[in-house]
Amino acid sequence: MAALEEDFTLSGLVPGAGLDGLLGVEQGLKGDLFLVTDRGRTVILYKVSDQKPLGCWSVKQGQKITCPAVCNFQTGEYAVVHDDKVLRVWKNEDVNLDKVFKATLSADVYSIHSVQNTEPLVLFREGAVRSLDVLLAEPQQKIEAVISDEEVIKWTKLFLDSNQPVLIFVTEKHGNYFVYVQMFNPHNLCKYTLLPGEEPPVTLSFAASVNGRLVTLLCLSCTGCIYETLIPLNHGKPEEKKVLVTSLLLKTYVSGDVLKGVSFAILDKDHVAVMGTSLKAPKENISIWNIKFQTLQTSKELPQGTSGQLWCYGEKLFILHGKFLTVIPFKCEISSLAAALGKLKNIQAPGTQTMSHFVNWGAFQGDGLESRDSNNLTPLKGQSKRSLRTRKNETRSQLEDSTNKQFLSGIKDASEKHLDQQLSKFLADKRTPDFQITIGHIVSELVGRCKTEPPFYPQSSLVQLIQTQVLSYSLCPDLMAVVLEKRDVHLLQLCLQQFPDIPESITCACLKVFLSIGDDSLEGTNVNMESVIGYIDFPQNEKTGKKEVLQNGFSPVLLEEENIDDKLNKSDGMMNTTLTCPVTPQKAALLNAILHSAYSETFLLPNLKDLTVQHVILFLQYLHFLYEKCSENASMTLPGPCPPTLNQIMDWICLLLDAHFTVVVMIPEAKGILTSLYKFVKAQVWVYSELNKIEGSLQQLQKLHQQRNMGLYSIEVLELI
Amino acid sequence: MAAAERGASRPTGDNRTSRRRRPPPLTLSAHFRLRGVGDYFRGQSARTWCEVEAGWGGERTIVRDAGLEAGARNPEADGGMGEFKVHRVRFFNYVPVGIRCVAYNHQSNRLAVSRVDGTVEIYNLAANSFQEKFFPGHEGRATEALCWAKGQRLFSAGLNGDIIEYDLEKMSVKYSVDGFGGPIWSMAADPSGSYLAIGCEDGSVKLFQVSPDKIQLERTLERQKGRILSLSWHPSGTHIAVGSIDYIAVLDAKSGSTTQKMLMDKRHPGSQRRRCVVWGVAFLSDGTVVSTDSAGMVQFWDSETGTLVQTHPLTSSDVLSIAVAEKEDSLVVGTAEGTIFHFQLIPSRSDGKQSQWVRTKPFQHHTHDVRSVAHSPTALISGGVDAHLVIRPLMEKVEVKNYDAALRKITFPHRRLISCAKKMQLLLFQFPQRLELWRLGATDAAGKNEDILPLSRNAEHLLQLKKKGPENICCSCISPCGSWIAYSTASRFYLYRMNYENNSVSIKRVSKLPKFLSSAFQILFSGDSAMLYVASNQGSLHVIQLLEGSLKHLHTFQPQSGTSEAISLLAVSPDGNWLAAAGMSSGVSIYNLKHLKPHCMVPAYNFPVTALAIAPNTNNLVIAHSDQQVFEFSIPQKQYTDWSRKVQKHGLHYLWLERDTPITHITFHPKRPTHILLHDTYMFCIIDKSMPLPDDKTPLFNQLSLREASENVRRRHAHAFKISKKFQPLLFMDLLDEGTLVAVERPLEDIIAQLPPPIKRKKFGT
Repeated sequence: MAALEEDFTLSGLVPGAGLDGLLGVEQGLKGDLFLVTDRGRTVILYKVSDQKPLGCWSVKQGQKITCPAVCNFQTGEYAVVHDDKVLRVWKNEDVNLDKVFKATLSADVYSIHSVQNTEPLVLFREGAVRSLDVLLAEPQQKIEAVISDEEVIKWTKLFLDSNQPVLIFVTEKHGNYFVYVQMFNPHNLCKYTLLPGEEPPVTLSFAASVNGRLVTLLCLSCTGCIYETLIPLNHGKPEEKKVLVTSLLLKTYVSGDVLKGVSFAILDKDHVAVMGTSLKAPKENISIWNIKFQTLQTSKELPQGTSGQLWCYGEKLFILHGKFLTVIPFKCEISSLAAALGKLKNIQAPGTQTMSHFVNWGAFQGDGLESRDSNNLTPLKGQSKRSLRTRKNETRSQLEDSTNKQFLSGIKDASEKHLDQQLSKFLADKRTPDFQITIGHIVSELVGRCKTEPPFYPQSSLVQLIQTQVLSYSLCPDLMAVVLEKRDVHLLQLCLQQFPDIPESITCACLKVFLSIGDDSLEGTNVNMESVIGYIDFPQNEKTGKKEVLQNGFSPVLLEEENIDDKLNKSDGMMNTTLTCPVTPQKAALLNAILHSAYSETFLLPNLKDLTVQHVILFLQYLHFLYEKCSENASMTLPGPCPPTLNQIMDWICLLLDAHFTVVVMIPEAKGILTSLYKFVKAQVWVYSELNKIEGSLQQLQKLHQQRNMGLYSIEVLELI
Repeated sequence: MAAAERGASRPTGDNRTSRRRRPPPLTLSAHFRLRGVGDYFRGQSARTWCEVEAGWGGERTIVRDAGLEAGARNPEADGGMGEFKVHRVRFFNYVPVGIRCVAYNHQSNRLAVSRVDGTVEIYNLAANSFQEKFFPGHEGRATEALCWAKGQRLFSAGLNGDIIEYDLEKMSVKYSVDGFGGPIWSMAADPSGSYLAIGCEDGSVKLFQVSPDKIQLERTLERQKGRILSLSWHPSGTHIAVGSIDYIAVLDAKSGSTTQKMLMDKRHPGSQRRRCVVWGVAFLSDGTVVSTDSAGMVQFWDSETGTLVQTHPLTSSDVLSIAVAEKEDSLVVGTAEGTIFHFQLIPSRSDGKQSQWVRTKPFQHHTHDVRSVAHSPTALISGGVDAHLVIRPLMEKVEVKNYDAALRKITFPHRRLISCAKKMQLLLFQFPQRLELWRLGATDAAGKNEDILPLSRNAEHLLQLKKKGPENICCSCISPCGSWIAYSTASRFYLYRMNYENNSVSIKRVSKLPKFLSSAFQILFSGDSAMLYVASNQGSLHVIQLLEGSLKHLHTFQPQSGTSEAISLLAVSPDGNWLAAAGMSSGVSIYNLKHLKPHCMVPAYNFPVTALAIAPNTNNLVIAHSDQQVFEFSIPQKQYTDWSRKVQKHGLHYLWLERDTPITHITFHPKRPTHILLHDTYMFCIIDKSMPLPDDKTPLFNQLSLREASENVRRRHAHAFKISKKFQPLLFMDLLDEGTLVAVERPLEDIIAQLPPPIKRKKFGT
């Protein structure tokens, strides 16, 4: 559950601020410092944890600050604009703003933006954007007008998407809203028209977040509804007049209420904070909503009134409550259905996200699949979880149907490259309720085409489709067969990671492919190495020699295993240095995908029997290596983001031995590994028997203790020798 | 002892019990049943001072039987070094009284401790922290302050408004002077010891001049607002810092005027505005005043300017007490949470020109409020509501590893509170306010080591005697036959005649006591219960013959060489011929009772006597000293015995010498002349004089390993000290008959259960 914590006020705010609000709250150089600019003449630097100001700067009487002061994270300087055109840059040590660097610009500035790791950008009233450095070099340079005369910038924000700054600003003209997305390197400005939803609401506030090439723009209307707009960040050529469709995301108030003084902020991918007052409930309050489950998480009354402004940095909300700037720390936990229903038993340790192994029955209500990989997913990850409860506009759905059909028919003859582009556009734009079915159609279409036209294999498209996380094995049973045939390990790994319902026979087929594929052919493949980076050091140069030996069927690794064993007995300190992985990291990552996949023993065992002896031994060696790695630390876990667990490793060792025991016992190569496993089992038995002994002794001790606490009087026998 | 013999001993033991007649079933009255052991602990109704409840079975004959039988038995046939039935008694409901003040005297290295009930005790830190003197408490004398003046004179002051001087030689209150300022909250002697300053309820500080035999009011200093809770002299004796509620004032001792007033910060961390009580002040020679207060702060003030120099917030509860080392480089404060904090003056610059008070070490030895602390040159001393006196040595000040290097926690008095009527199997418990008489139970069964035997009869509470008047009981004794009980307060002596008939106990006070029997420091009955020996004031020792219903004064021994020092311990020989008396410091005198004249003096020894007893037949006097040495002195030959010389030559085991509680009782085995039975709080020991003495390399506590070992090994490794640590904390142990011991334990948990709940502290992980 998300929660608002105890708020505190920052003292020392100039009394003039009042309820007419602040110009802005911006982050300072360090995480705990914040620059507060009021509507008058003052900029104050606060240290929030100390609740006290560290510095205060004012412009001269008669001057007026017109945009919030920001911190230039690269130089540690502060920048502010007063009287629309006069730019001031100063440092912490400076006392008087009149004596600091000053540059008079040729156009009115709307705002300065600055985020970590990039240089500050200046947005002019007319929509032009310059970097601060460029402006400082030539203050009087000509500033072009980008937006039309009557357009007014309503809201703006700067993001960093894959280390590239993206500036987005919203303008309004006669009740119509336009979204401009400005990108740099290459300089690229896209203009979108914001299509309102069913009824044209008066939009009060905007907020946006970026998540891998996709901007989510949220608008809060005066009816209390939050609308969502997805804007893809494509580097393609600026097209003419693009239209953005908004969809209803959340209704925060009972319909009919008209809000005023409303503001909201995105807290994380599932939570928004909404502040404001409705006509029916005149008290202002701030509330946190879970947009995934559309639940109100917490709410807090603000009896002294606010200025209708809300800023969110890190885990703190800043509001002007009464006359004071108030900081409300908040906490949002990762939302899950269980948490939303109050049934979450234990929260998983961070880093070990679980894959939901259930088929997504509720796809039409919005999918419940938990995300698994944070890095390698499509930008759609976060957005696939919206559930829309609004009535569908029939015309729109018809329109969608027709575009789907069009797209499907396009698949039949498009080239792979073209298909790729089309698909990414399609995936970016379309978030319809029957998305899953559409994707299913597309995949089966593609797979069908692969079957009929053997050279056709749209790998990147398939990757994109699988990463939508709406696919499952049963939705496209032929997909994996095709992929297996192509021996495309990258896609196989993805399927193993994403599909919750792979049959054991296919898992085994994958295992066979993984074990038999040559390390040379693995070199170039795009295998997700996340699960192995924690415990395998690479590049491992000595790998090549070993690999050849393995493929020749001769296995000196076994000898090495015995050596390891001996060394283990001799000195534990040597263990880390001698323990080497019997397979390449790529192969290890693939095998880990197998270990992670779900199976039922009964169905897996017969399929396992098909493995060749060499494969069995190699796999056993790898599992043994994993086990040894596990036992290196006390918690018996492997390092890294999502490594195989000890249980998975042990289960697979048992399964392999069950399936091939008679064979393994016979062949000399397996001797070393079997001895080592035997020793391990013996050691475990010994440990448990010792534990039993300790338990017995402790019980005895307890009995003794109980005996001691006897009554007030007894007659005992004492013998002195 | 051979295995065969040991084996044979068992049937003998069984025989013994089987031969013993089963006691007739007791017919208990309903009234008595109400006063059973269990009921007694559940609650007590108010009783009159001489209320008698008793039950009496026909046990007397049985006891006599057992005695007869024991006499008839051949000691050789008895197996082992000693197999005893032990009456393990835990119903002595003694709760030590909380400590109010501690005062350390540098000159004599002694520590005075006053308790909440007015008891004052003197501990000799040089003599293994032995509690050598003791003034019984008094209901009207709640001691709030305790101080030494003019060298070794001890004064106390309390809420009754009186200042009392104690006579440390005669062990009595010398005089008491009214302070005329209402209840006295604080008192301190000036550095020269010639003036006493008291802080009174009415806000006045009064100076008394200490003259050789009196104190006299000299002047009253400027009156302050509110009671004076703490005061401290400047080491030059010119100024006094006083702490009251919400302020500290500095007064000029000469002119009596207030020179500085420092207000406490009333803004507490908590929201509620409480008043800030200055519980303690200390005036340092550089003019710094250190204060401790109810807000949990230790604050350093500059008395010149009246400014706050340094603040140390210590706890959320009160900081109750403060004491400064004589060198002023270290100080100690005690808090209501039971923690004491050590502050040290540490040079803040390398050239040593500047230094700063730094909080260095916290110690948590108490569970309850630390009401008072003291600072000896080598140790921090603290005492409080939980009644423990803790002497925590500062390891950096200790040069050699000896007694002083060990942490001391003194909980129980170093004197006997229990006496025993062996033949009747009665125990007399002495509480400050009352006496209790209990009769031990019985068993028919026999068993081997560690067995708990089924009881055929439980222990019975026979009688409770409440003291009369405000004074607490200072000593008591029951005669060996059980028919006499005597006790004394500081000013009155009481003697009772007991009568046990059928199922009841009757008690009758002996009213006609001679005039000189006004008080006693020590009372003893002779072995045949025919004589009473009373150590009285002025060091006199009365010998009184007890007749049925009357007394006959036979003789009074006056102290030799004109000293009037009080006698602290008495011992009489079983044949009634010899009486040994130990003074506080003057050594042991032996008197011949047959001829009623002094016999001799035991050669003087540096350490006080903690216990003494005279062995039957040989009339050897065994003396235990506070340094854990044990001597045996032959009375007829007037010299130390050969065994004693051997022990001194050989030296005692280092573990024996490192014990930290004194031996409080010595007794002998009637059939085994080579045995000496003695105990301290944590062990019971039988010394077999016929066995080799252990040297430092042999394990002293070897009973457990011997038990496991074979007979041969046993014979090789056994030594003279048979020690059992089974009974702890052991307040009393005595031999009832040759096969039966009584051990009175007082488990600490039972004491803690009766203390008020401590301040709840947040513990990590709870």
